[in-house]
Amino acid sequence: MRCLKITVSAVLTATILCLGAGKAAPAADELTIMATGGAWQAAQRQAWFEPFAKKTGVKVNEQEYLGDLGKIKAMVETGNVPVDLVTVETATVLQGCDAGILQRLDYAKIADRTKFLPGTALDCGVGLDVYGDVLAYDTTVLKDPPTSVLDIFDTKRFPGKRGMRKFPAQNLEWALMADGVPTADIYKVLATPAGVDRAFKKLDTIKKDVVWWDAGAQPPQLLASHEVVMTTAWNGRIQNAVEQDNKPFAIVWKDQIVEYDMISIPKGTKNSDLAYKYLAYISEPEVAAQLGRFIPYGPVRSDATSFVPKDVLPKLPTAPDHMKSYLVGDVEFWGDQGEELVKRFNAWLAQ
Amino acid sequence: MSENRAPIISAEPRLPCGTAALAGVSAVSLRAKLRRLMPLHEEMRALTLAVPLLALLIVSFGVPIIALLSRAVYDPSIVNALPRTAEALQHLSAADPPGDDVFAALEADLKQDQAKGSIFEFAKSLNSRLSGARSQVLKTARLLAGGAAFSKSELVAAVPFWGEKETWSTIRGGAHGFTSFYLLSALDLRWGADGLTSVPAGEAVFLRVFARTFMVAALVTLATLALGFPLAYLISNLPPTLANLVLVLVLLPFWTSILVRTAAWTVLLQKFGLLNDALIALGIATERLELMYSRLGLVIAMTHIQLPFTLLPIYSVMRSIPPSQLRAAHSLGARPLTAFRRVYLPQALPGVMAGCLLTFILCLGYYITPALIGGASDQLISNFIANYVNVDLNWEMAAALSFMLLTFTLLLYAAFARFLGLDRFKLV
Amino acid sequence: MARSSAAEGPAGENLSSIPSALPANLVEFIEVEKTYAGHVIAVRRLDLVVRRGEFLTFLGPSGSGKTTTLNMLAGFERPTRGTIMLEGRSVDRLPPYERNIGMVFQNYALFPHMSVAENVAFPLSVRKVEKRDMSARVRRALEMVRLEAFSERRPAQLSGGQQQRVALARALVYQPSLVLMDEPLGALDKKLREHMQIELKQLHDQLGITVVYVTHDQSEALTMSDRVAVFESGALAQIGEPDALYKEPANAFVANFIGENNTLEGTIEQASKSSCVVRLRDNSRVKATPIGVMVPGDPTKLTIRPEQIRLAEPGSDEDTCLEGTVEGRIYLGDHQRLLLRLANGQELTVKIGADAGFQPGMPLRLAWSTADCRAFPASP
Repeated sequence: MRCLKITVSAVLTATILCLGAGKAAPAADELTIMATGGAWQAAQRQAWFEPFAKKTGVKVNEQEYLGDLGKIKAMVETGNVPVDLVTVETATVLQGCDAGILQRLDYAKIADRTKFLPGTALDCGVGLDVYGDVLAYDTTVLKDPPTSVLDIFDTKRFPGKRGMRKFPAQNLEWALMADGVPTADIYKVLATPAGVDRAFKKLDTIKKDVVWWDAGAQPPQLLASHEVVMTTAWNGRIQNAVEQDNKPFAIVWKDQIVEYDMISIPKGTKNSDLAYKYLAYISEPEVAAQLGRFIPYGPVRSDATSFVPKDVLPKLPTAPDHMKSYLVGDVEFWGDQGEELVKRFNAWLAQ
Repeated sequence: MSENRAPIISAEPRLPCGTAALAGVSAVSLRAKLRRLMPLHEEMRALTLAVPLLALLIVSFGVPIIALLSRAVYDPSIVNALPRTAEALQHLSAADPPGDDVFAALEADLKQDQAKGSIFEFAKSLNSRLSGARSQVLKTARLLAGGAAFSKSELVAAVPFWGEKETWSTIRGGAHGFTSFYLLSALDLRWGADGLTSVPAGEAVFLRVFARTFMVAALVTLATLALGFPLAYLISNLPPTLANLVLVLVLLPFWTSILVRTAAWTVLLQKFGLLNDALIALGIATERLELMYSRLGLVIAMTHIQLPFTLLPIYSVMRSIPPSQLRAAHSLGARPLTAFRRVYLPQALPGVMAGCLLTFILCLGYYITPALIGGASDQLISNFIANYVNVDLNWEMAAALSFMLLTFTLLLYAAFARFLGLDRFKLV
Repeated sequence: MARSSAAEGPAGENLSSIPSALPANLVEFIEVEKTYAGHVIAVRRLDLVVRRGEFLTFLGPSGSGKTTTLNMLAGFERPTRGTIMLEGRSVDRLPPYERNIGMVFQNYALFPHMSVAENVAFPLSVRKVEKRDMSARVRRALEMVRLEAFSERRPAQLSGGQQQRVALARALVYQPSLVLMDEPLGALDKKLREHMQIELKQLHDQLGITVVYVTHDQSEALTMSDRVAVFESGALAQIGEPDALYKEPANAFVANFIGENNTLEGTIEQASKSSCVVRLRDNSRVKATPIGVMVPGDPTKLTIRPEQIRLAEPGSDEDTCLEGTVEGRIYLGDHQRLLLRLANGQELTVKIGADAGFQPGMPLRLAWSTADCRAFPASP
């Protein structure tokens, strides 16, 4: 049962810590990659895992996790790291970097660092793709469609529950945008205590109408079960639901927040060289562009765009039509302020 | 005894002479009872037989829990990162502002941390005690990496963070490795510049969450009791074959994982789910109820999952009450309600107590169900613990919250045992 | 048969508050029948009277309907047909708690969470008896069963016999006119059981209460009862005083159930009202007393008790003489039992004085008087 006095995960990690049982490390010609599952991992498999395995003869093992650093921390602290690569979010890369559980990368073994978009070649993580935090809705439910992500704050025009990610990033930015702060000043304002108060005050206005989601797979489910009338989401998850499950969902791109997915090497892995080989492989411009064929996320190298199939381009967050009004998530800001804001956000949620 | 007057009694098999002392059995401790029944060497033998199990418990349960909980009070990250500063602070009383020697030690420590690359870890761990410390520490380290030496006043001028009282009381708090910071935080308290204070209202979370956790646990316990008691009574009075069938139906959900059951409830409870469909179709509700992501939905799902835990001890005790007990009460002139209240209920009570206590304590640890079915304001303490373990990487805080939860649970158990007596709990 | 003798008839009319005018019949079962699930018959057409002040025992093997009958009287079960009258009033619609009957259960059914005194006080407290009066009556009841020193104990701290006496005190403390006992001594060992039998009987005599007692143990029934009602397959086989049942069983079942009996099968050859001639399997003929109406050619069962068989003097003229061979011998001190095989192959047990010595294989001539050998119609 999962309902012990102390959560099982806590006890389990502690047990692993204390016992440090030795699972056999994967053989040298095997590479283990841990990603966050769902459509996103399936796309990586088709675009990168399988071609890489075919090309090099290396066996690629997959694992899934929820994107929580705790799992990686437990591995690193026990000195038994069965995973060679992990996909992580940008804010998580900085947190893991500071906590000393992710390796500082040697870009000489990967690619020319200057060819990456700004903010996508970090000390502890290489950018994988560009995605958009967008608003999604069911076209059969909302006859009067929202036109901006910020419409999520308009409970008069769009009554009913709305889904938002249970995390302060993006939500605080959107709250300030909806409160009239110009896009260019968002992070300047958010860096001040008054700005944070202002963002939370704006969130207060819809707090009782929000259903909070944790995993990227939840927004399409929440829409499909009509639990919410609209929800923030990652554009690729919605696009996949439309294309593969024929769901009548639509994406609102105006005022999207552009983000990057990252991949990192945990400290203490035994397969460091092979991991670098993989990073170098997926950073080749032509290879990097392949992901877009399976999930509409764009490459993080500007010289890769020309390799993206023509029919995929208009679906990407970086398509010209989608870039009329947008904000780029500030990685440094979240690395610096993330922990306090998460704490504040959780306290706010609990109240 | 009355041998002389009553020869018939003397013919009866006699209990051992110690029996008379057993008259006040409730006053005699269990230990003494055991001693009487089991001589010392027998006790030792019983203990020897239990050694493997004890060893397993200690290794697989005791040690990890203690190791984890010790993180709540022992956090050497500050003293590891700032050994010289910690040493220099030893010579100062709490009221004195740190002098030049402390600042010299600080600069030496930070330079070394920067060189070793451990500065980030230090910045992060200080940040979890003092909001905003991360960027200040990293800024200072970059400044010092330039090679220039700073005097106290120069450093404070460049980074005002180092001139603040709060900064130094935080560092001083971690200078021994042992700290009360996390345990106090778990109670929404902190040592400020002016002693023990409550954290600002905007940050106070945990007392409320603890209260909510106990509230939800109490609600679920009452709900399972209300459903489980009559059902247990019904089953215990059915003929054996039928009783087994009903019992299997009750236990059926027991055989599926808690995750599956919770997921099933999300299907039932959602806005366009079966329950809402049924309520609308039956005309009980005119508008679809918000059952998902609500306290009501959470209590419904938890009640379902916990029902067997409450029911089984009650049922097992009820089954051990012979039907002749109620018949006897009736034949002696007690009306059905009186017989139930004075004869049946007191005998069923140990099972009721055990079932309720079991469910209550298990509810305190609920994690998956609140996460999936509860709304943001229905998260229980375990969800916060999980968040600290998995997302925030603040295992010290997780340990402190676990420690508090364990303490509250044990206190509650002790209170139950003290006021109601342990022999009133009957699990089998 | 001693069945339904005095004061037969509608007893209710005379019911008054004057004790001397109370009807002699405390309980009457009138054509009572109990079936389960419509067809399983537990008790069939029972007519039975319990006399005021008597010790009446329901005796029978398990499943014979005696406990069901008791439960109907206590009110735990309702008759499917017929009426039960208590003190001249029909109690068909009266729940058990309004019948004012005392009951002692097989496993005592003491309340384990109450002390001995609280157990005994229970029937008084539900009757809202005043506190001072209550404790005096509890004390008297416990004195009566000699347990006053145990009043603060819990039932679990008492021996089986002590618990039984608490149950008795509890059933008597509110002075019910009728006390029912359902195999109350069944859980006790033999020695204790015999003591309790005497004690129960003494209490009955002392208090003048009416007791209906259920047991499957015939010696218990014979020891204690004023009258015994023998049940067989849901029906009343015979009711009467113990010695009447023993000496004059009304049917083969009672003859075999009460005391020991030898059974021989045969066919009626001649029959008159007071005696008959029966041909056994090997064509030897014996004389017997017929019970019930039989005509020549009817199959019959003969019963003869072991102690009523004697060794025939050589050449003597006896009513009945049979040849047999000794097969086995059990020496019992004051007497001995011989297992004989008759010429026709049937076995016979004989109980005779201890002095004579017999060896297996010895031929013997057996004799008994016609009055002692009873011929019952054999069910086909």
